[in-house]
Amino acid sequence: MKKEEALALHLADNNLILGQRLSEWCGHGPVLEEDIALSNMALDYIGQATLLFKHVAENSGDAKTEDDWAFLRDAWDYKNFLALELPSGDYAFTIARQYLYSEWYNLYLTELSKSSNTFLQEFALKSVKEVRYHLQHGRDWVLRMGDGTEESHARIQKAINDIWNYTGEWFVPNANDTDLSATGICPNVESLHQTWMENVQATLNEATLQMPVSGWMHKGGREGKHTEHLGHLLSEMQFLQRTYPNSKW
Amino acid sequence: MNYSIQEIWELLKEVEDPEIPVLNVVEMGIVRDVQFEDNKVIVLITPTYSGCPAMHAIEQDVREMLVEMHVENFDVKTILSPAWTTDWMTEEARVKLEAYGIAPPQKGSADKNLLMGKLRDVRCPRCKSSHTSMISQFGSTACKSLYKCEDCKEPFDYFKCI
Repeated sequence: MKKEEALALHLADNNLILGQRLSEWCGHGPVLEEDIALSNMALDYIGQATLLFKHVAENSGDAKTEDDWAFLRDAWDYKNFLALELPSGDYAFTIARQYLYSEWYNLYLTELSKSSNTFLQEFALKSVKEVRYHLQHGRDWVLRMGDGTEESHARIQKAINDIWNYTGEWFVPNANDTDLSATGICPNVESLHQTWMENVQATLNEATLQMPVSGWMHKGGREGKHTEHLGHLLSEMQFLQRTYPNSKW
Repeated sequence: MNYSIQEIWELLKEVEDPEIPVLNVVEMGIVRDVQFEDNKVIVLITPTYSGCPAMHAIEQDVREMLVEMHVENFDVKTILSPAWTTDWMTEEARVKLEAYGIAPPQKGSADKNLLMGKLRDVRCPRCKSSHTSMISQFGSTACKSLYKCEDCKEPFDYFKCI
């Protein structure tokens, strides 16, 4: 597989797994508007994943289709970030992940939209428009919960603390990234860290929340070393294709 | 049947947007180009939102219409660039949207106002009051927000800028 396709697959997996997690809220949102908002965002992520999987399927030179990539791999073949596969938890946890990740993804796509690779550049320009809405939504809710009641404040603070040491791997390039960023195909993720920290700090300040102290960080998603949660997520997501192979509707 | 490019464009205006049947896919800016390539008609379409479920239906509807009109040799291709924007909606489309009960998108999309959370005045499609407020940035489809009118008290959809 070419380096560009390996990167596209990582981005596709991020989108697919987070989209699947968000879709779990469909019918279970705390209020109707949020149920609709999270389902809409899930749709954006899965739509973006589809564009990426399609690209990989068309360019990887084997007979795999986009659906094969999405539904017929095992946990260790997925290259998504660990943070995105963690169970959705309570609404505060979902929002904390959504906000922190949207800050990262917005910065990443903004840089990727300058890529020298035509497909990645076009993909980023299209997707960043959607992600700006996700970011605004996540930010609004962090402010609302942080600067809300004692209970909401405590819950969102705990959620941010809990997810914090899963954010480290977002800023560590692997060998593939390093090669690609040297030729201007993808952003250097290390260079996004400072802006991300500043943006998050500004939001947390406004939300009267404490910025967690960065220490030891989880890693492994890019190498296919996942938490135990991914397997459970896949067993539900892949059920239909595994039980009724090649079924279509 | 042999059609000119202009005639194919006219035929495409018969294909409705499945979610907003008062608009056709040309007015929506979904059809980007019609080309001839070795006697083959190529229709280029672009998705509004990446995950818009209507895209499959739209592509299918375009194909069915072309078959029905005896265009034998054609292909419908999806392109991503330039990324779809609400600025491509025609003035006529905006008028039709409002008459249908959906507040049309404002010109000048995807600017920093969005990130800063500043909202612009959205006019109620029913009583035309600008005294409205947003209930949720995300509405019944990916392309709409949910608003309410503070004067006539009716909730309504706003076609959000992208």
